[in-house]
Order: sequence, then C-alpha cells, then structure tokens
Amino acid sequence: MSAWEPVIGLEMHVELDTQTKMFCGCAVTKGEPPNTHVCPVCLAHPGALPVVNQRAVEYATRIALALGCTVQPRSVFHRKNYFYPDLPKAYQISQFDEPLAIDGHFEYWVGDERLCCRINRVHMEEDAAKLVHAGGEAGRIAGSDHSLVDFNRGGTPLIEIVGEPDIPSPAAAGEFLKQLRQLVIELGVSACIMEEGQIRWDANVSVRPAGGDELGTRTELKNMNSFRFLQQALEAEIPRQIEILEAGGAVDQETLHFDPDSGATMPLRSKEEAHDYRYFPEPDLVPIVVDPRWVEEVRAGLPELPAARIERFAEQYGLSRQDAFVLGGGSGTLARFYEDVVAAGVDAKLTANWTMGEYLAHLNETGLEPGKGHVTAGRLAALVKLVQDGTVSATGAKQVFALMVDERGEPAAIVEAHGLAQVSDAAELEAAVRKVLADNPAQVEQFKAGKEQVAGFFVGQVMKATQGRANPKLVNELVRKLLAG
Amino acid sequence: MISGLDPQRLTAREAKRLLVDGETTAAELVSVYLDQIERVEDRVHAYVQLTAENATRYATEIDREMGATRGALAGLPTAIKDNMVTEGVVTTCASRILENYNPVYTASAVKQIFGDHVVMLGKANMDEFAMGSSCENSAFGPTRNPWDLATVPGGSSGGSAAAVAAGEALWALGSDTGGSIRQPAALCGVVGMKPTYGAVSRYGLVAFASSLDQIGPITRSVWDCALLLKHIIGHDPRDSTSVELPFEIELPTAERLDGLRVGIPAEYLAAGIESGVRESFDATAKLVEELGGRVVEVSLPHTDHALPAYYIIAPAECSANLARFDGVRYGYRSEHASDLLEMYEHTRGEGFGAEVKRRIMIGTYALSSGYYDAYYGQAQKVRTLVKRDFDEAFAQVDVVASPTSPSVAFGLGSRTADPLAMYRSDVCTIPVNLAGLPALSIPCGLSEGLPVGFQLIGPAFSENRLLSAAHALEQALGFVEVASFHERAA
Repeated sequence: MSAWEPVIGLEMHVELDTQTKMFCGCAVTKGEPPNTHVCPVCLAHPGALPVVNQRAVEYATRIALALGCTVQPRSVFHRKNYFYPDLPKAYQISQFDEPLAIDGHFEYWVGDERLCCRINRVHMEEDAAKLVHAGGEAGRIAGSDHSLVDFNRGGTPLIEIVGEPDIPSPAAAGEFLKQLRQLVIELGVSACIMEEGQIRWDANVSVRPAGGDELGTRTELKNMNSFRFLQQALEAEIPRQIEILEAGGAVDQETLHFDPDSGATMPLRSKEEAHDYRYFPEPDLVPIVVDPRWVEEVRAGLPELPAARIERFAEQYGLSRQDAFVLGGGSGTLARFYEDVVAAGVDAKLTANWTMGEYLAHLNETGLEPGKGHVTAGRLAALVKLVQDGTVSATGAKQVFALMVDERGEPAAIVEAHGLAQVSDAAELEAAVRKVLADNPAQVEQFKAGKEQVAGFFVGQVMKATQGRANPKLVNELVRKLLAG
Repeated sequence: MISGLDPQRLTAREAKRLLVDGETTAAELVSVYLDQIERVEDRVHAYVQLTAENATRYATEIDREMGATRGALAGLPTAIKDNMVTEGVVTTCASRILENYNPVYTASAVKQIFGDHVVMLGKANMDEFAMGSSCENSAFGPTRNPWDLATVPGGSSGGSAAAVAAGEALWALGSDTGGSIRQPAALCGVVGMKPTYGAVSRYGLVAFASSLDQIGPITRSVWDCALLLKHIIGHDPRDSTSVELPFEIELPTAERLDGLRVGIPAEYLAAGIESGVRESFDATAKLVEELGGRVVEVSLPHTDHALPAYYIIAPAECSANLARFDGVRYGYRSEHASDLLEMYEHTRGEGFGAEVKRRIMIGTYALSSGYYDAYYGQAQKVRTLVKRDFDEAFAQVDVVASPTSPSVAFGLGSRTADPLAMYRSDVCTIPVNLAGLPALSIPCGLSEGLPVGFQLIGPAFSENRLLSAAHALEQALGFVEVASFHERAA
C-alpha cells in the first residue's frame, strides 16, 4: 500500500451531432473541403450576430439529465476572451457561472467495483476552427512558415461535462471516460469519434497522503483524445508528483504536455497559461430560459441508460454483475441484440455466455455492429436452443456457429447438413466406448490401479472419435460403468 | 418635372408626394442631391464614400421599371452611416482597420429599406467605430457642421446628421449607443430618433456596445422620422435581442399636447447646460404648456452615475466586440510583424485610432480578473438603478423632456485634448441607452446662430407617443432655418 493516493478530475468535451452549428445555420460536416461551410457569423464578419441552436440545447439537456443534473431554469452565455487564429471573434461563446445544468453524478464500473463521480456541471459552447501549420516539423506552429485555418469546424456545438476530482486511479479514469463516452453515444447526441476529435478531455491530477481529505496541488493535462495516452500520462505524472513531495518539494500548478514517445509529462510553455479570459455575459444573446415541462419531455424521451440497464440485466436475467456490465454497459445495440435472443424463449444465462463468447469474438473479428451480419438474433437463439435441448454438444455448437458465419445458414440446417447432431443413442455410444477401452489397455490398467483421472482421457478419446458429436454426459457415465464392469 | 427643389428643405413626405403625383422622378431627386453634394461636400465631408453612379442608375431603373409596384420609399435619396454593412460597398466604420473591407452581406435594417427601393447616395462619415461625440475620430478626416464649418456636427453619426442638414441626403440612418443619433441631430438642427432597444435589428450593424447600440432615423421632420422608422423596425431571426413591436408605427398628425404629462428632470438641468441652450429649452417647455401639456418636475436621482457606468459598460463590450479585427481574415494586416503576437499587436496598433484604443484598454481593464466586480459588476448595478429611476418617473409622467446636448456645436479641436469634456457631451442622452428607452431630438431654436435640440424620452415601446408629441411641438415651433455653410467660430 502506497503512502500516497492520486486524485483525478476529468472534463470531457463532446462535439454534438447537430445538423447545424451552435450559433449559425452552417452545416456541421466532416471531411469537406476547407472553408466550404462558413458564413458571416462563424467567420466573425463585422456586424454578424449569434443565434442559439435549439437542437443543441436539447442535446445538452439530454446529457445533463442522463447525468442526473439539475437543469437550471435560467442559464447564461458568456464571452471567454482570448486571441488565437482559430477563434475568429477572439472570444468563445461559452458558459461560465450560470451553466445549463449543475450537480449530477455518474456511476461507472471498474471491474466488479461500482464507483461514482460527482458531476459539477454540463455547459454549452462552440468549437474553435482547425489550424494547419505548414512548412515546419510535425505540424506544430513553432518553426512553420505559414498557418492555414479551416473554419468548417468553427462554431460546432460543443458541450463540456465537468467532473469533480473523485477518480481514484488512472485505470478508473480510463473506465470513467469510456463509459461516459458510451453514455453519450447511447443518448444519440454524438458519435464520439475519437480519431476525428469529436471527443476530447482534460485531466487534473494531484496526490495526497493516502486517506487524506485535503487535495494537493494539481497539474493539468489538456486536450487529450486517446484513452491509452491519458492513462499513460497519469501513470507517469502520479509518480513524478510523489517523487517531488517525498523529496520535500512542492508541485507547481501548471499545464503539462504528455509525450507518448518518451512516456513523460513536461510543462507546456503556453501563453494560454497566463490568460485572463475576462468572462462577461454575452450581450448578443438573451438568457436561456427552460420550461420545466419541456425538461420533463426531454427526460421522458431518454433511452434506458447503461447504469440502469446493468442493474436490470443482473436482476431480470440473473446475470453476474460482470456479465451484466459486458452486455448492458456497452453499446445499446449489444444489449438490444442480447435481449432479442432471450426474447425467443431461450435460457438467459446460456445466451449470455454465447453472446459474450462466440458472438462478441465474431464481432471483433469482422468489425460488425451488434445485430448486423448473418448471425441474427433469431439464428443465435435457434443455436442456443439446440444446445439447451441437447441436440448439439457445446463443442458441436461452436462448429455450428463457425459454419453459421461461413455458410450464412440456419443452425438446424447446418447441424443436419454436417451431421453435427449430438449422439445420445446408448447403443451407438457404448460401441464407441468399448472400442476406445479396447484400444488403450495400458490406460485401463492405470484406472484399475486407482488412477481415476484417466476416465477423462477415455471421454476425450470418445469425443474425438465421434468428432465431438457424442453427448459427453452419457459418454462419461458409460466409461465409468464399463470400467467398473 | 419641376425645378428649384431645395435639397435642404425638402422632406421625404413632400418628395414622396411629388413622385406619386408624377411631378418629379427618382432620377431628378437623386440628381438634386448629387448636385448639392457636388457643391458642398468638399467643405462638409459628410461621406466616407459616395455611390453616385449606382444611385443614378438605380433611380433611373426605378423610374423606368417599377411603376406602380415600387416600394413605399422608392427613389428617396438616403445616406447610410458607415457602420452598417452593405454588400459590395466598402464599409469602413471610419477606421483604417476596415479601410478596404468589402462586406459579403447587407445589414438587416438596410436590407429592409433597400427592399422598399430607397436609393443609397453613399456611406456617411462617423467617429471611428461610433466612438466619439464630434465626428473628429474618423480615420478619414472630420465632418464639419454645415451651420458653422468651424464647428463639429456632433457624433458619432455626425456624417449622417450633417448630410441631412446640408441637403446632401433627404434623410439618413444613424446608430445611437450613448446619444450618437440624437446629439448630432441636435447640433445639426435635424430630427433624430433612437428607438427602444430591440426595436430595430442590429444584424449587420458593426457592434460597438451590443447592449446599447440601436439603429435609428435622422430626418428633416418628425413625420419623415416616423416613416423611416416604420420601415426599419421588426423582429429579425438573426438578432436574438430584437423584438416585434406590439403595434404599428403611426405617421403623426397631432397638433396639440392636451393631457400629456411632461416631466423635466432637475438633474439634467443641473448638468452644466449652456445658457443659450437653457433659454431655448425653457421656451419650448413653455410651448408644451401652451399646447395643452402639463410640465412637472421629476427626479432621476442616479443621473450622476450614469455617465461613469456607461464608460465602463460600453468600453467593456467594445473590448470584446473589436477583438475580431485581428488581421487574420479580413481588413488591415500589418506588414511589420514576424510572428503571430506581433501581427496582432502591429495590426491593431496601426489599424485603430487613439480613442478606440483608449476604450479597448479601459474595457479590457474593467473586465480583468480582480477588477470585474468593482467595475463591470458595479456598473451593471448602476444601470439597473438608472432604469428604475425612469420606471418611477414614468409612473408620474408620460414623457420626460430635456435638452439633447448641454451645448450647441463646439469648435473643431476644442475638446479633442480633453476626453472627459467630450464624454460630457452625452450626459443627457446616455441614461436613455442604459435604460433601453426610445428618445428623439427635434430642433427647438438657435443659440448664437447654432441649433439647439429638444429631447423627448418615453417608456419602452412608446415610439408612437413620442412621435406624436414631437410632431405637435414641431408644428408649433415652426423651426424653418437651414444651415448656411458659414465659417464663424474662431
């Protein structure tokens, strides 16, 4: 047990998948030629004024409600002032001390342990444009000979979810973000595609004597979009802080940059550090006043959320917490697929095993989304049913599954065509067992000398001889009966 | 065709009648104004840019093609303050930083009157980014007051007001953040109105102080003012702070003020009003009573704090509003920079004039961490108190009256070295913007040969009441003098 414990707080930025930008009518796009979705508003031409995208407010409200936040009856946009070429107005319209929603929480799982992180606030803002630095190394501004700005992204609706410093470890931070991302996807407000920067996060981390109440001085890691790098960065930063403290030093409050190549964190020499953003209420917009009835409508329209679904799966289907998490905590499509299979009247636990086993492996291999492809819920249910009623053995069923993928057929037809039905005919099996015993006199002797484990060897040989089709339970009984006889 | 139209006396009302009756044509009207521009513009400098060729061509088109279907304002020669963007016509805000800026769209209010087929003669000069009370802060040289070319026309809509007074336009659009329509209208002897905040869309009005800015008419008569206002108001989906007025603007006919309760705030008369202005104001107040109105004293106790509060709020907003002029996308970019920070610093250092820089710095300071509460927060509280003063006054009276400006037109250069003296020019007009109220100024007489403005302020959305009262007064005052282009002051 270390004498120190880390305390991690996370903020997540999510670009919303609205059709239009936060404050103008330009389409939100990806991969279009630069500066083709721009207008006087998102280019900050003189005289242009922002108008709030109502759908973005709705999406942000969905997120806020899913996190158990209180949606404020009145919230206000502020201007956050700083100069940078990707920010055409030289201020970002954001929210400050009167955000859309406050005081929520998010429950997430780390293995079997359920953790809760308080959510300070959910607020709305607009994304910056994209900068491309040309002529230098590694696309950085230092050393480049010119920079280009693509304003297509500028003004995309962005929400910021600000968590409290409640996260106890780098692993928990990774789980928190993965599961929070999943929630946002579930809500249908963003695809959260990390490679496209649709989702980014900032982390702050400090360490304190284990079990302490007070927070230590924190450092910040900004604008990360890889779970792995975040975890690595935290794993590098925590020991660095501990080392400083143990040497009697003090941690500087600063923003750090993580270099994946060296695996170390280092101070970011950024002008941004010294910024005084001079927030003040955006005079071009009126406060957002939400009708409580509208909030309730949005709440009623929320899908079942992963945390609730995990609970329900454990309860309703008698699954272990871990299984309920795998099936219910991930994407809603997998949960729906699972429930579709179970709905066909097959055993829920057996279905869970097949869904998490062969089926998930199949999805991983093919990159298919749950429910897509030839292994439909109906077909998997039919296969589970064949296993359940003993028509095929577990081993046989795996072969059937593989053939379902390859031949795109119904399980029953595959069993028929490939003769994969389980052999439960006592006479047929007895003949097979007798042959194996006759072929292996040495092992028979061992058994008789008291080495009972050898029974397993005979069962295996019979299964092999029947290409896995033999009913293993019957074979086992027969082996013991005949050896005893 | 009739000859001898007097560009300095012609009203829009009369011009419209002449056009409808076929006694003149749009082309003739435009040529009357272009001729006057030809005669006096080099002395007045009311415009930043003229669009004479377009105006002539368009007027001819109106005469030829539009016939009976032409818009309600068809053919009326108009000046547009150069802080309203006009697609394809360079819009500078009288600033070097936008010297060659060619807008890609047209301001909503301007678009509305373009839709009614007004003819734009040009873009009117102004104080840079509407910051100033004399029009001397234009990067392209000051406008002179046509009544006395050695004096200022007021500001910031000095070009618009001077153009109307000089007969260089039939009427004009201006913008008013702290008096920028009313004070130059007063100093130039014309009518100017700031509508209720939100009545006219600000979309395309280059922002100075967003919570205070409002576009309005500058005209030669109250009736004209009502007509132009009628055609620029309305909710604009592009401006979230704009509203639909709950009524139509009526073209005023009143000749009496029977039963109208007119409040005169003692605090406004205590604020260093010139004696000539005071005399003219008192005479007009007496006229109010003769017309059946009742003059009572009211108190607006927080008046003293309005000016300082304004000089926090307006610069604070401007410090953010003008941050977009960074040399990255359009407008002036300094060539003397070797990196990004230098590009910003030199572009803005070279592109903005002294007054604009002063206000950006004041505003930046007022919003800074640690000072926000003491300055911006405090100023917002004062703003609420100023608003409340008016609410209480309007519980007793229908309108409030005051001189528009404490002085008549002052000499060019006489206040440029003393910003505070300049700021005090707007002491009677600024509280109105803080409270978001409508107000107008009409000429009520002369003091030492220069016009004096009489201001009427009403509760929010009382435009019709103000226009009606101002019309009655205007008829009774019979102010007929026009600017003579003399140069008298030393």
